[in-house]
Amino acid sequence: MKVLDFIVRSNESLNDKNNLIKVAPANGEPLPEMSPGQFVQILVNNSPDVFLRRPVSINNTDLVGNELWMLVKRVGEGTEKICNLGTGDTMNIIFPLGNSFSIPEKESNTLLIGGGVGTAPLLFLGKKLSEKGYKPDFLLGGRTESDILQLSDFRQYGDVYCTTEDGSFGEKGFVTGHSVLQKNKYDFIYTCGPKPMMVAVAKYASSNEIDCEASLENLMACGFGACLCCIEKTVRGNVCTCTEGPVFNIKELTWLD
Amino acid sequence: MAGLEVQIGDLKLKNPVTTASGTFGYGTEYKDFIDLGSLGAIFVKGTTLEPRQGNDYPRMAETPSGMLNSVGLQNKGVDYFVNHLYPVIKEYDTNIIVNVSGSTIEDYVATAEKLADLDKMPAIELNISCPNVKEGGMSFGVSCESAAKVTRAVREAFPKTLIVKLSPNVTSISEIAKAVEGAGADSVSLVNTFLGMAIDIESKKPKLSTTTGGLSGPCIKPIAVRMVWEVYNAVKVPIIGMGGISSWQDAIEFILAGSTAIQVGTYNFIDPAISVKIVKGIEKYLDRHNIASVKDLVGQMCK
Repeated sequence: MKVLDFIVRSNESLNDKNNLIKVAPANGEPLPEMSPGQFVQILVNNSPDVFLRRPVSINNTDLVGNELWMLVKRVGEGTEKICNLGTGDTMNIIFPLGNSFSIPEKESNTLLIGGGVGTAPLLFLGKKLSEKGYKPDFLLGGRTESDILQLSDFRQYGDVYCTTEDGSFGEKGFVTGHSVLQKNKYDFIYTCGPKPMMVAVAKYASSNEIDCEASLENLMACGFGACLCCIEKTVRGNVCTCTEGPVFNIKELTWLD
Repeated sequence: MAGLEVQIGDLKLKNPVTTASGTFGYGTEYKDFIDLGSLGAIFVKGTTLEPRQGNDYPRMAETPSGMLNSVGLQNKGVDYFVNHLYPVIKEYDTNIIVNVSGSTIEDYVATAEKLADLDKMPAIELNISCPNVKEGGMSFGVSCESAAKVTRAVREAFPKTLIVKLSPNVTSISEIAKAVEGAGADSVSLVNTFLGMAIDIESKKPKLSTTTGGLSGPCIKPIAVRMVWEVYNAVKVPIIGMGGISSWQDAIEFILAGSTAIQVGTYNFIDPAISVKIVKGIEKYLDRHNIASVKDLVGQMCK
């Protein structure tokens, strides 16, 4: 973990809510190896009502270009300020934080299920699986077509299936209703997105005896295990999502009780 | 170079900058960010006789220039601390001070006795001011009689430096300070968090699972400075001041109001290296003002 100033290399609006922000260390120092599932804590400047840092998952790293990618959704004043940063602006970041998704030792049939901005860490995970020579499938869900983010990036690493609630893109409905779940047999599911979606995915995985990891987005203050605010109730008791997570095997969680 | 050493009871600190319990874990959480040996002391997480799971999620709500928390003293208990955490953290080149919490006087005494046996445990901070546990904590700190009673009982069981952490949720904090001083406290630390609450107007539900919680951060600083100044004028024992400190300037303000040492709390979450920056800032300030020792600045607000 370290605290470092980053320069915004580019900030692209993907739809009316989400931006893809690419940053690089301001002092030029090389980025360390990071793992999918890990996150960063961004300091928001010039905003008296925003006191705490904002946790954001790592969307991708480009170690050649020395770039860190982040998908940021405008949900309040803090994320709004981050999304309004321009090329050349700086942001102070604590990174990398948290644990990561587990990468199977041997090629297995994996499905990565994401909803909305929750797809962010799954792109980085897909890339890592692909680098291992595996070919994951992706199932991305949203309310409408514009909610499906970074489609062409995902397609580099595997087959992509989509659902939208209004039927404007892919199959109509929720991710857990997609026909690919009937068609293919999976050994491992990774999921990140809104909690109701992840709970539905966890129930599906559990009832079909598929191993499953979920990445949680609990409210947090510090991000490195000091404040004990972001706890999740697990079979081991209350644990910090920021240090023991954000990725949990669903068997550790109490969602299915 | 100005002298930064200060003394709290029998306890010597290499500088007046310490970190507040509940915001600094056991120190190890910060070892990537700072040299822990450059701090005057580390006040570790509130410790109770038995393990506690703490309160349900959500436990935190951001507020303008601060935050509410209702962690509820989640910790693994004093025996776990003694056997698993102390052996690691006693190697730090700083003072480790445990914040002791409890529900009954017997709990406080039993916990303090277990800590008294540890060689490198020079002091404890008696927490009679946690607003987030129903069955005790703050209830001891809101009346002079109960504050004195628990302080006296622990004083008899704990021979080293005894610091009592005061609640700001009282009519007169200086009366409570006088009561614990009279009961044998070597020092008082203040303030703990202010009882507060926040409501989500869309769901109409409280933002914390416990409805109310403790408010901390820069938003409480002016009230905390006033309370330190009041207590400074009421007691003789040294004061460890805290409440929203986020810069060396804030630290100087608390020292001028009467703090011998200070604790950096919530701002550690925003800048995990802030405590060390504050040490350097104090040193430069003293040099710039030609003040030989930080001790000479304590309570020196001019009128």
